[in-house]
Amino acid sequence: MLILDPEAENAMRDHTESGYPHEVCGLLLGRCDAGSEMRRVAEARPAANLNLERAADRYELSPADFLRIEREARSRELEVVGVYHSHPDHPSRPSETDRLRAEEIWQSSESWSYLILEVASGGMASRRSWVLKQGIFAEEEIQVLPFRR
Amino acid sequence: MSVTVKIPTPLRPLTRGRDSVQVAGATARQVLESLEKECAGIRARVCDERGEMRRFVNLFLNDEDIRHLQGLDTLVKDGDILSIVPAIAGGAEAGSANSLRGKQG
Repeated sequence: MLILDPEAENAMRDHTESGYPHEVCGLLLGRCDAGSEMRRVAEARPAANLNLERAADRYELSPADFLRIEREARSRELEVVGVYHSHPDHPSRPSETDRLRAEEIWQSSESWSYLILEVASGGMASRRSWVLKQGIFAEEEIQVLPFRR
Repeated sequence: MSVTVKIPTPLRPLTRGRDSVQVAGATARQVLESLEKECAGIRARVCDERGEMRRFVNLFLNDEDIRHLQGLDTLVKDGDILSIVPAIAGGAEAGSANSLRGKQG
């Protein structure tokens, strides 16, 4: 389960809508409670999409931004608990591209959320979150609640 | 040489939950070998069967991508920080969406 702080959700909404019609991406900072599959997100941090050639339907999160944001998270006793990206004019379910790239990196990543936000010209249309389990994306429930340490 | 290796969240099951591990080595390659002795299975997430870095994984020595240095042969010194940084990517383009549907339970 992914628990989103309302301000983090608003920040992602603003980011995806201002980036439309291009894909945007960023990282989710929060806490992953030990022994539980629950991730609590305190903040969403935008990162650069390095894929400029196909920015409408691809993203490549800047590794330098990952390093910078992860350092900041550690210094504030938070951790990077997942990634978000937008699907302009596409549903908020993982594409085969999403799955292949996730599998290549992690194989399985049950402690990490892939949040996908569908965005159209009128604004954010839907958001769903996914967890990679043995190479297959399974949907996880999202709740919106204020983050508390 | 004692180097701190920073571990991203999804790989922490391999380090028994630790977000960083201190290991010895004179090069990035030796550091990964020491890390593998302590945390079995982790090197295969960073390197392929030929022992070279996987395409979608980066190693940063302090602030520098080691691909811009001498790769896995980059020399490290006492107190350095080696960060495992995934090249996270994807996109809306559906590709072979049928195979995704076929694999979802």
